[in-house]
Amino acid sequence: MKVEHYKQGEELHVKLCGELDEHSGAYVRLSLDSLIDDGEIDKMYIDMSELDFMDSTGIGVLIGRYKRLKAKGVPIFLQSPTPAVDRVLGISGIYDIMIKAGQA
Amino acid sequence: MKNEMTLTFSAVSDNEAFARNAVAAFCVGLDPTIDQLNDIKTAVSEAVTNSIVHAYPNGAGDKFVTVRTTIEDNTVHIVVSDEGVGIDDVDKAMQPFYTTKPEQERSGMGFTVMESFMDELSVERNTPTGTVIKMSKSLRGADWKEKKSSN
Repeated sequence: MKVEHYKQGEELHVKLCGELDEHSGAYVRLSLDSLIDDGEIDKMYIDMSELDFMDSTGIGVLIGRYKRLKAKGVPIFLQSPTPAVDRVLGISGIYDIMIKAGQA
Repeated sequence: MKNEMTLTFSAVSDNEAFARNAVAAFCVGLDPTIDQLNDIKTAVSEAVTNSIVHAYPNGAGDKFVTVRTTIEDNTVHIVVSDEGVGIDDVDKAMQPFYTTKPEQERSGMGFTVMESFMDELSVERNTPTGTVIKMSKSLRGADWKEKKSSN
């Protein structure tokens, strides 16, 4: 599992690569939190085009970050999820609280 | 034809990817669609993760999870079992967003995902202790292939 990132102004762009499950969940959570805490951000984009697998552990990780950012009024955009990941996201109702976006 | 495989492995998170990928690889012979294979991988991951996270609160050093996969008549049957503490209230555990570990940011969506991605799901007590999750899914891609070859 790999977490890449770059900042564009106050937009935080993150790319998740690999498989997000319970084993890698703690690493992803810590990585995202350290990026969220590193300076001001007004939007967070999560590129999922290279996330090959995600189970409900990933839902927990996403909802946790949503709660942290909601307090600051920062929206989360989920970009280009693979079909398998999109299915898990859809079932969990995550698109009610995060915005599904197109290409990164 | 009936084909069966049993995996028994230590109840540690390192084995989650191994378990789901091994079951998926076993099912490939049925010629499933990519979506069907992903559904199976995700459901297995949920069931195995449940056992690893919840079954052995006193340490999983010498504890195991077993996954038995049977393929019969184009249907895959998967049984995930542990010998851990068991689930107190199965009905509650199966409710969406219910988790006994909210402080760990667990989503409580594991059973919902299993139910959605598989055709059948049941949760039973193991004897003398632990949990048995049984789930099955018909692989229609395989059906189609059979019909096509018989025409």
